[in-house]
Amino acid sequence: MSLAIEKTKARNKELIDEVLTAYPEKTVKKRAKHLATFEDGNPDCSVKSNIKSVPGVMTIRGCAYAGSKGVVWGPIKDMIHISHGPVGCGQYSWGARRNYYIGTTGIDTFVTMQFTSDFQEKDIVFGGDKKLAKIIDEIEALFPLNKGISIQSECPIGLIGDDIEAVSRKKSKEYDGKTIVPVRCEGFRGVSQSLGHHIANDSIRDWVFDKAEDKHKEFQSTAYDVAIIGDYNIGGDAWASRILLEEMGLRVIAQWSGDGSIAELENSPKAKLNVLHCYRSMNYISRHMEEKYGIPWVEYNFFGPSKIEESLRKIASHFDDKIKEGAERVIAKYRAIVDAVIAKYKPRLQGKTVMLYVGGLRPRHVIGAYEDLGMEIVGTGYEFGHNDDYQRTTHYVKDGTLIYDDVNGHEFEKFVEKIQPDLVGAGIKEKYVFQKMGVPFRQMHSWDYSGPYHGYDGFAIFARDMDMAINNPVWGMTKAPWK
Amino acid sequence: MSQKSDNVLDHFNLFRGPEYTNMFENKKKNFEFPLPDEKVEEMRDYTKSWEYRTKNFAREALVVNPAKACQPLGAVFVAVGFEGTLPFVHGSQGCVAYYRSHFSRHFKEPTSCVSSSMTEDAAVFGGLNNMIDGLANAYSLYKPKMIAVSTTCMAEVIGDDLNGFIQNAKEKGSVPAGFDVPYAHTPAFVGSHITGYDNGLKGILEHFWKGKERIPNGKVNFIGGFDGYTVGNLREIKRLFGIMGVDATILADNSDVWDTPTDGQFRMYDGGTTLEDARGALNSRATISMQEFCTEKSLAYCAENGQEVVAFNHPVGVAATDRFLMEVARLSGRPVPADLEKERGRLVDAIADSTAHIHGKKFALYGDPDLTLGLTAFLLELGAEPVHILSTNGNNDWATKVQALLDGSPFGKGCHVYAGKDLWHMRSLLFTEPVDFLIGNTYGKYLERDTGTPLIRIGFPIFDRHHKHRYPVWGYQGAMNVLVTILDKIFDEMDKNSMVAAKNDYSYDIIR
Repeated sequence: MSLAIEKTKARNKELIDEVLTAYPEKTVKKRAKHLATFEDGNPDCSVKSNIKSVPGVMTIRGCAYAGSKGVVWGPIKDMIHISHGPVGCGQYSWGARRNYYIGTTGIDTFVTMQFTSDFQEKDIVFGGDKKLAKIIDEIEALFPLNKGISIQSECPIGLIGDDIEAVSRKKSKEYDGKTIVPVRCEGFRGVSQSLGHHIANDSIRDWVFDKAEDKHKEFQSTAYDVAIIGDYNIGGDAWASRILLEEMGLRVIAQWSGDGSIAELENSPKAKLNVLHCYRSMNYISRHMEEKYGIPWVEYNFFGPSKIEESLRKIASHFDDKIKEGAERVIAKYRAIVDAVIAKYKPRLQGKTVMLYVGGLRPRHVIGAYEDLGMEIVGTGYEFGHNDDYQRTTHYVKDGTLIYDDVNGHEFEKFVEKIQPDLVGAGIKEKYVFQKMGVPFRQMHSWDYSGPYHGYDGFAIFARDMDMAINNPVWGMTKAPWK
Repeated sequence: MSQKSDNVLDHFNLFRGPEYTNMFENKKKNFEFPLPDEKVEEMRDYTKSWEYRTKNFAREALVVNPAKACQPLGAVFVAVGFEGTLPFVHGSQGCVAYYRSHFSRHFKEPTSCVSSSMTEDAAVFGGLNNMIDGLANAYSLYKPKMIAVSTTCMAEVIGDDLNGFIQNAKEKGSVPAGFDVPYAHTPAFVGSHITGYDNGLKGILEHFWKGKERIPNGKVNFIGGFDGYTVGNLREIKRLFGIMGVDATILADNSDVWDTPTDGQFRMYDGGTTLEDARGALNSRATISMQEFCTEKSLAYCAENGQEVVAFNHPVGVAATDRFLMEVARLSGRPVPADLEKERGRLVDAIADSTAHIHGKKFALYGDPDLTLGLTAFLLELGAEPVHILSTNGNNDWATKVQALLDGSPFGKGCHVYAGKDLWHMRSLLFTEPVDFLIGNTYGKYLERDTGTPLIRIGFPIFDRHHKHRYPVWGYQGAMNVLVTILDKIFDEMDKNSMVAAKNDYSYDIIR
């Protein structure tokens, strides 16, 4: 082990001890389990995860509703997703995630709309089932081209004992077997967004798949059918991915769930292979399709050319030579643009250090893209990862990387202050904190309103954006010259 | 392949090339099982009709695209306006993530706030332990001078007793016994964010004032209310008070914490009403609120304590600012100085210069009750016609007040008020009774896209334009900002509609 890594590890230990001293004793023990340094050869990152957040610490996590409505269900474009409960949850998540889609909003497409039952006190006292039934009637009258409805439960639903399943069944019968999906994603369930993903996956299994079997009989399968699972098309990510899969000769029959439609969900069990990008949020449905329909699934990573290349070959390995050749053709086709992007940006970014804190797959998946540009990840962590995420992370991070699970405002700020990375990649709540500190920042949930970042087309944008964040004249102005 | 390294294409242009547009078409045709285009077109046209409008307005349960948020957002807005104060929201943690994001997207600033992170076990047993641990952690980590507690709907549904819990936490040593922990119940299923502002503020005032003896002095308290322009507005108010020499206490002054410098240091707390001033505000002779509907209970509480209370409705424009300043002058005993008279004259001058372009133009507007009242009055003053005035969180009292404004002006004829309606109602209004311009927050851009009505962004939240919150809309200078914002859009539209060469560009004038 090199001396530098030894030093880094010692520094990390000191840093972790330091952030822990600020806590009351009881909390020190709890938080200590979530902070560690990655040691080469370990099977995971030596942190505990998917545990309740400590109250009062300013966790960055969200809730099950955010995981279901905000992540999994919200992007399904031709369905109407009712935020069932008080007005706030739907309001704050309205249009905020940039799940791009094509469609006529308000007519046959509904992603960037906020449908809410806007609960009032009387709904809490007397229950909201009657109101829900009426809402479904009103949706059918005013938005008759919708192809399904999901009911995204907010906290009160589970607390007041509403039977949204009964309402869904009754209304589905009334409307000729229409897909109406009750989702029990109340915000207090679980410890983060993560359970919301799981609940949402299960609701697709139970309320979409089971009744989809005789729909779309005219659908003709081919040997090259795949479904993209776990790409939310943020800034067009799924499109920049789909294009590569199609170019290598595959037929993408479904997108889960960015720019996705109910028909695509229903036809997914006809895929030959599920290609899974966000493992965290959609491994559940992939496993289900494997068990029930025998569809294998493969994880891939479309951030940065090294991982894209590896992934294209991995996906192709599940198919015949035609697809394998297709993968090589795609890799060759984009080599020139990749080389040009790296030639332009790598000299500007070489050796720059990055600290990440994101959700889903990104705390590991984006590492390769940074490394393709000569940058180094010195710290990373998951908002709502599980141990299997941290196991997977070991294939990405270097010896001595600081790992922080469910990091909070206090810890993250201290870490960045001491480590002084050249770039922090996290979310909107963190963005301005670090920029005030004079540290370049990119939002790595929303791509800071840029994107796509997936695929070869996305890599060019990623490189441009990281360069504009770091090599920005504004960071030279933070200190007054007379000071 | 269209991507280039020398001119990187992002989502704006990347997807417009044939490789992507063909891909979209094939995806739709082969996998989405779409409805026939004619059917979609037919429906799109139908939604523009009076018949659809009638159906739409017959809605009793469904709410689509409302222009309001929930109570705790308002309580957080208030809390960050006090010196060293950390907002603490008791209930599910996702809510706090939402409030923080929402404010950060509007102000482009950090928003610090903690949650008691209640989960299933707390739903069963109550959130007492979350309160005890939460207060202890927040206190030791973030070293606040005060922690202001509010609630999410989860805590309200299970009926957690904030007062008891906080006492209990103090007994357990979470925070020192004398540490300030005001609280407010802010159920999301009652009212909206403006109700939460009111409850949050009243909770803080009660905390400092209850049981204290009032020794009246000559000071005046000032409350801004929930306001997307709070940074610019409160600074403008302080400037006005400075010019007039008014001895005032601004309550919930969040103008600094949402406008901190980028100088290498993150300030979790900055500025704000000092706790000393909050305490002393009991003794003020009067309290002025800029937003009546946002401060009903707080003002009643001030009045109960013997203060004179005066409420405005987000005053914008000449007459509204006149009234505001005259009241300030009366209550403070400080006359309106000549400097402000000059500012007034400059505003009138600007209106006189530009009025021809605004006169008779038809507007639709929506937003919080007080803001829409303020803007309606200003539009009428400019000779514009506020044809549709809508407020999702406006009630009948609000509607009556707006109607009174309309009735008092020849430009209010044929204008209508819509209380408790949402932006899908507004969509029907704009299709069936079109107007020239729409005034509203960022979500209004969907209406602009659907109906072609140009959007003038005034309201909260504004996510897709930067720094508007830094400019006041109050005072004569604030009204000037509103005037210019409206004029800019009018002139831009004139140019946009007269720039086709050899067709209509004769009107593409250099001088307007």
